[in-house]
Amino acid sequence: MVLGFQGFYSLSRFGSDAFLGPMVGLALIKELGPVIAALMVTGRAGSAIAAEIGIMRISEQIDALELMGLNPYRYLMVPNLIAALICLPLLTALFDVVGIFGGYLIGGKLLGVGAGTYFGEMAHYVEMKDVLEGIYKSLSFGVIIAWVSCFKGYYSGIYTGFGSEGVSKATTQAVVLSSVLILVWDYFMTSILF
Amino acid sequence: MIKIDNLQKSFDGHDVLKGISFEVGKGQVFALVGGSGGGKSVLLKHVAGLMKPDRGSVTVDGTEISGSGQKSLRAFRERLGFLFQGGALFDSLSVFDNVAFPLKEKSKLSRDVIREKVLMELENVGLSGSEHRYPSQISGGMVKRAALARALVEDPEIMLFDEPTTGLDPVTGQSILKLIDSCHRRLSFTGIIVTHEIPKVFAIVDHVIMLHQGLVRLEGTPSDFMESHDPVIQAFLNG
Repeated sequence: MVLGFQGFYSLSRFGSDAFLGPMVGLALIKELGPVIAALMVTGRAGSAIAAEIGIMRISEQIDALELMGLNPYRYLMVPNLIAALICLPLLTALFDVVGIFGGYLIGGKLLGVGAGTYFGEMAHYVEMKDVLEGIYKSLSFGVIIAWVSCFKGYYSGIYTGFGSEGVSKATTQAVVLSSVLILVWDYFMTSILF
Repeated sequence: MIKIDNLQKSFDGHDVLKGISFEVGKGQVFALVGGSGGGKSVLLKHVAGLMKPDRGSVTVDGTEISGSGQKSLRAFRERLGFLFQGGALFDSLSVFDNVAFPLKEKSKLSRDVIREKVLMELENVGLSGSEHRYPSQISGGMVKRAALARALVEDPEIMLFDEPTTGLDPVTGQSILKLIDSCHRRLSFTGIIVTHEIPKVFAIVDHVIMLHQGLVRLEGTPSDFMESHDPVIQAFLNG
């Protein structure tokens, strides 16, 4: 909705307010959707993954898995990785759809850009490769979130000290490192791959 | 069966184990006693292969555990049961699922056979009727019992107990020791018990190892320990 406001006022300076739809669509699908959805998932799910695995580490549940002759990676990391790979593109798609309709609510209903202009121009300028770019980004962000959060939780007793303080540090580090990696990786994907 | 030879380990320059050597025969149960921070749990984790020694070795039936790869370590752990100090039950699983977990994941037994085996094991440790409860819903003593059931459900040849009675009241602690003894009679496992329960634990063990400042201070039978005139042991016995 903010994007709708800002986009409309910026475009209307050049007499291009008809392009509000493509602007909101491209910004959300290619950039803001994947990145903001990933940052939100990092804050909510990444921290939970790191804390849960960290607590399993300090309460010796991971040692118990090892002593049963089972591979802890299979039980702790693989399910989180698969969940992230499935959920992040879906959440990004939801974010994009809600964002596009939010932009229409402001641009169309409040500021007078017609629905035909908003969605018609968007359909004209937004291509399949733009949608794929967003999906590829969200998939790679899913890998980053699952990998960093699991790693930080799994090694919380080793790299961040033992006990609850170690888990707390691991959780903080998981969120900070995931967020920074998402932004850096987003830059590289945008600049090199697309 | 279990041979520990000149085991040494230090953390951040602090020597925790300075050359521990002893041997546990098949079917024997040893008590590992000593002051807090004396390296008992560290020693137990070396036997389980959870830690690598700086020097020395742990061998089981002639196979070195301390320097072995993941494959042979996994094969050794098929024969091993470990009772953790805090139980280490999985929070997200019920008592039943905790005990059934190793069987479900590793064996090819049918659901009915697993169910029967788990319920029998829970009955053996006095937890019948608690199988649907979660670790957060049961007492410390019940957590230890459930953890014991999980450790024993695969009929291990070797059992390691890390302070099985710590944090429990004397009556519950005594009942856990009795339970360990009855399980030993039933399964004839080779065991090492890290404990502070002196002299109660002496009723269920064959040998006692006393660790002091990273070294074996005494190795002998419970009566050797009780009759020792060593001032360190006397101080440990009399508080």
